Amino acid sequence: MPEAGHLHRGVTRRHITIVGASLAGLRAAESLRRQDYDGPITLIGDEPHAPYDRPPLSKQFLAGDWDEDRLALTKPEKLADHDLTFRLGTRATAFDLASRRLTLDDGSDLEVDGLLIATGARCRTLPGTEDLDGVFVLRGLDDSLAIRRAFDAGPRRVVVVGAGFIGAEVAATARESGLEVTLVEALPQPLGRVLGDEMGAVCAAVHREHGVDLRVGVGVEAIEGDGRVERVRLSDGSVIDADVVVVGIGVIPNTEWLEGSGLEIDNGVVCDATCLAAPGVTAAGDVARWPNQRFGEVMRVEHWDNAVEQGGHAARRLLQADEDAEPFTPVPWFWSDQYDRKLQLAGRIRPDDDMQIVTGSVEERRFAALYGREGRLVGVLGFNRPRHVMQYKTLIEQGVSYDEALAADL
Amino acid sequence: MKIVVDFDLCESNAICMQIAPDLFEVRDDDFLYVLNEEPGEDRREALEECVQRCPKQAISIAE
Ligand SMILES: Cc1cc2nc3c(=O)[nH]c(=O)nc-3n(C[C@H](O)[C@H](O)[C@H](O)COP(=O)(O)OP(=O)(O)OC[C@H]3O[C@@H](n4cnc5c(N)ncnc54)[C@H](O)[C@@H]3O)c2cc1C
Ligand code: SF4
Repeated sequence: MPEAGHLHRGVTRRHITIVGASLAGLRAAESLRRQDYDGPITLIGDEPHAPYDRPPLSKQFLAGDWDEDRLALTKPEKLADHDLTFRLGTRATAFDLASRRLTLDDGSDLEVDGLLIATGARCRTLPGTEDLDGVFVLRGLDDSLAIRRAFDAGPRRVVVVGAGFIGAEVAATARESGLEVTLVEALPQPLGRVLGDEMGAVCAAVHREHGVDLRVGVGVEAIEGDGRVERVRLSDGSVIDADVVVVGIGVIPNTEWLEGSGLEIDNGVVCDATCLAAPGVTAAGDVARWPNQRFGEVMRVEHWDNAVEQGGHAARRLLQADEDAEPFTPVPWFWSDQYDRKLQLAGRIRPDDDMQIVTGSVEERRFAALYGREGRLVGVLGFNRPRHVMQYKTLIEQGVSYDEALAADL
Repeated sequence: MKIVVDFDLCESNAICMQIAPDLFEVRDDDFLYVLNEEPGEDRREALEECVQRCPKQAISIAE
């Protein structure tokens, strides 16, 4: 885009307010500075901590290998350069689109000009476990610290409920800390909904090889104990004695504070294809739902890289005239580290897609598999094949056919 | 402009290679190689994107 045209047609903002001071929010603020926006930026975040990175919370930090300093999303010296105003430990409680007023839990009220919503998501919990000690979810730094402490206390057994990515990582970290672990999944395979049963079975095998007691196709009936958890009762009648339970059964977008705001909320903040939710209001990260035109699908993506990319896109959008706005059309991508395996998935796959291994083998636990639908390449899964995943991700972006991708020599 | 990679942090997930294949390459040995340590100013934007998008914050730019 020619610079002069941009200046000419761009929107001038007096100030920009970002609600949610974590990955999407902070990267949005940084990208505003890179766009040469030099007006005031205020970040409002309800956590007391300076912005930190979540992926290590189920991996290196939970294992005790990293300390808190290493979690900083941006090093303090660099953060200072950006001239951002942080209001940490402060929650946004309401917003009114018509008057553009934002209400905070410290009783203050502010008028916003540009607003970027990045309030992320929180963990679903198991009803009836609120008052039991020893039952955890994992989303924030304090959760990870609490689980670490419970691991250090030498529990007889850890039960992880839900073999999604977070649950699988917690199980792996607990095993590597020498703990006895039972991983309970209601579906026939861990990650089956994402990867399909065949690849889910590979994940199951990896956990069993590492000594995890994996129970699939069973639900949790009850988590029992007197003040603190003592056992987990499963739907097949079995009972597992446990003194630590980590529940990883998905997340809920943080949108309650926007009820009655005039914005459309439906499993996230509903945006248009350019991440705009209303004039001068955008959303990014785990909380945002938008139509991704590349896949012809309305999506809400709960991945690290999406929060970074969409944060940047939603920030730029606040400075753009409508006619200059571009749709946000990423190929979603994430990684998950379990034991010494790096699993990566790019694209949008469904359990009934065509699937073929193109390099390596399942037996070696080192391979890349391609997924096709209606003749198109729609996804690539890698086990310890990062280079291949990225190269095939580029092919997905280029819209190549499944056959072409299978024939490509990468 | 000089590219600095902290190889203790890098986990070879190749996102930088996808953004700037002329600067970064993850080879079959799973290690990251910097192909051009001192790229021209015209690559600054791409490199800044690599810095932001590297999940391990392993890349920095020395002026
Ligand atoms: C343990 C763990 C491991 C992960 N591992 C991986 C991984 O390996 N790979 C991967 O791709 N992704 C991973 N993720 C996912 C990734 O971290 C998220 O996608 C990312 O954090 C989303 O960023 P976000 O800024 O949109 O939301 P969040 O990180 O959830 O941040 C939202 C922030 O807004 C705050 N907030 C909420 N409501 C309000 C309010 N009303 N007022 C003010 N502040 C508010 C929240 O407290 C939070 O600080 C992991 C996540 C977790 C929890
Ligand atoms: S993106 Fe970062 S972690 Fe990944 S290969 Fe590049 S430098 Fe290494």
